[in-house]
Amino acid sequence: MIRIMTVLFSLMGSMAMADSLKLAVTTSFHNSGLSDILLPAIKADIDLDVQLLVVGTGQALRLGEAGDVDAILVHSRAAEDAFVAGGYGTHRREVMYNDFVFIGPAADPATIADAESAADALARIAMVEAVFVSRGDDSGTHKKELSLWDGAGVSRGGDWYRPVGAGMGAALNTASAMDAYILADRASWLNFGNKAGLDLLFAGDPALFNQYAYIPVNPALHDHVKSDLTQQLEDWLTSPRAADLIDSYTINGETLFTFNATNPS
Amino acid sequence: MTEIWEGLVAGFWLVVTLDADLVEITLRSLQVTLSAVVIASVIALPLGAFLAIRRFRHRRATIALLNALMGLPPVVVGLIVYLLLSRSGPFGVFGLLFTPTAMIIAQVIIITPLIASIAHQAIRDIWAEYHDLLISLSTTKRQRIATLLWDGRRALITASLAGFGRGIGEVGAIMIVGGNIDNATRVLTTAIALETGKGDFALALGLGFILIGLAIAVNFAIHAIGQTESEGKW
Repeated sequence: MIRIMTVLFSLMGSMAMADSLKLAVTTSFHNSGLSDILLPAIKADIDLDVQLLVVGTGQALRLGEAGDVDAILVHSRAAEDAFVAGGYGTHRREVMYNDFVFIGPAADPATIADAESAADALARIAMVEAVFVSRGDDSGTHKKELSLWDGAGVSRGGDWYRPVGAGMGAALNTASAMDAYILADRASWLNFGNKAGLDLLFAGDPALFNQYAYIPVNPALHDHVKSDLTQQLEDWLTSPRAADLIDSYTINGETLFTFNATNPS
Repeated sequence: MTEIWEGLVAGFWLVVTLDADLVEITLRSLQVTLSAVVIASVIALPLGAFLAIRRFRHRRATIALLNALMGLPPVVVGLIVYLLLSRSGPFGVFGLLFTPTAMIIAQVIIITPLIASIAHQAIRDIWAEYHDLLISLSTTKRQRIATLLWDGRRALITASLAGFGRGIGEVGAIMIVGGNIDNATRVLTTAIALETGKGDFALALGLGFILIGLAIAVNFAIHAIGQTESEGKW
């Protein structure tokens, strides 16, 4: 009986709780640790509990389509545009960016550290058939990787190409265990605790630019979506206060994200 | 090897300092799984007794099916519950997805067949012993079930504890239907999966040791309350 009461009370508690909204974000955003800085600030500034659902971009978009979250924060331009065009989101607002980097064994058998571009780095990996771990989970990072492979115009078949179907951290763990190459976002890499024999080998190609965008779910499709709260959150995320927190977030002295929100077009 | 040691140390410090987040997710783990065990037991124990004493047409098939369902894959249960509770699913209007209630529902589905199967086995043995007595007293079905459940209570506690064991360590289903939201649906198992993903093995392992300790503590507590294995009782 006491247990049942406890459950009932906790249920009532969650109903009576202050304003809260569900935001689907990518694993790379969460693993970077930035959410641990932003969420308490949001709570303090506008008294809003943001409940994060940490998933891949593919799943985040599905959650938005089904109306299971109030807004999404993802990084895959083509999929985002399709999402908004399909009427699932009201609009797309760019918030910040970071970049993707190539991680690999410190010995660098494919010598990608000397590569001229991201495409060249992939071509070098394919040439020596060095083991390459792919996210393989339809996430933003995975889509980025696939588009880079297509751009490089090299075949990625074979034993050495290993899609693991896992989040950024889990994929990095796998790469670390197999001494493999992997494409990761800089934030997740810097915040990753199990670097073992891996090293950051290649970065800086503009093709590796990684834009994060915020999309509120369309309340016309799902009337339970808290559109007033998603608007408040958007205003906060694009405010000077957010800009300051995002730009000043560093790990080991390295800046991870660059704020670049503009007025909605 | 050093990582296992670091895990022990990390777990030790989390417990000693009563880390606020740790206390919260531990209590939530207990709340979800204990609720699921209570609900599942209320369904499964009478069901197990019913199957033991009642003869009906497809009884053998029902029991075989129940036994097979003990191996129900949590991740599939999670997916189905997810689709049912999603806003675009049939029960979407309740808005239960990504709440502790959704996690309890998934765990009830996972552990009910397990508790019912074990309960059925236990009660069948008692029923063989009590059969003539209860028939000769011309008891009703309801009275027979109540008697068997009461006299078999120690074996049934074991059935419920087996359900608790399966529920508390489960991650596949509650990850899908709970979403592992910080301060809302994060429990010990999903936190372990998260910390592993971050490559923070020491913390993940520390949480793992706490989870094991919790399971042991709950089992001891139940046995102490039930006073099983003590002298003069069976």
